[in-house]
Amino acid sequence: MNNVEITDAVLVREYMQGNEIALSKLINRHQHRIYSFIFSKVFDRDVAEDIFQDTFIKVINTLKRGKYNEEGKFLPWVMRIAHNLVIDHFRRNKRMPKFDNSGDFNIFSVLSASELNIETQIIKDQIENDVKELIKELPEDQLEVLTMRIYKDMSFKEISERTGVSINTALGRMRYALINLRKIIEKHNLVLTN
Amino acid sequence: MRKLYTKKLSKKDQFKDLKPQKETVQFLLNYSKALRVVENNGIKFGTILN
Repeated sequence: MNNVEITDAVLVREYMQGNEIALSKLINRHQHRIYSFIFSKVFDRDVAEDIFQDTFIKVINTLKRGKYNEEGKFLPWVMRIAHNLVIDHFRRNKRMPKFDNSGDFNIFSVLSASELNIETQIIKDQIENDVKELIKELPEDQLEVLTMRIYKDMSFKEISERTGVSINTALGRMRYALINLRKIIEKHNLVLTN
Repeated sequence: MRKLYTKKLSKKDQFKDLKPQKETVQFLLNYSKALRVVENNGIKFGTILN
């Protein structure tokens, strides 16, 4: 009867109330996912270890200060902290990440000049994820046109045929989608630059 | 020359058993136990008790 898993939100609340075992459970539950994520970016066990540690120090400090207010979203929140610390790491050390040559690693995939380096790739991914979240706030008709144009690479002619509106209306919706997206970005005080 | 045969790990396998060291986790648990947050004039201070 006791095998019902306690949710992260409950464990977070218990920890904030002083139950240290709750933190242990949270770390045990998510350590693999968080550590793997960090390692997949830095490819170095020691660096991954440091970033994992710094991530949870931030988590502990925030929770103990009672500043955490994202109940139910513990893992995404921790992943975000880890993600930011990985970016900080690459900003501090503007050098290539170390690669383990035990596999069939192709050095030319890294040396390619046109390819984004790992830092800019991470930042690009983050910006794209942020934009994906932001566009959800757009009105349905504008969201539809923007998604078809940007993510599905459809022409305005195809969009007008699919949605049953004129090309001019589709163009107008796209224009307002971009204007509104800028407003949303300003409202949230976001900086989306690479 | 003798040929070397190595099994190529899939991406999934490469990250399968990745975990932080026990010492790291233990450090975090000890840090958490030692950290006390005190509030003074609306400002919160963290202190480490050893």
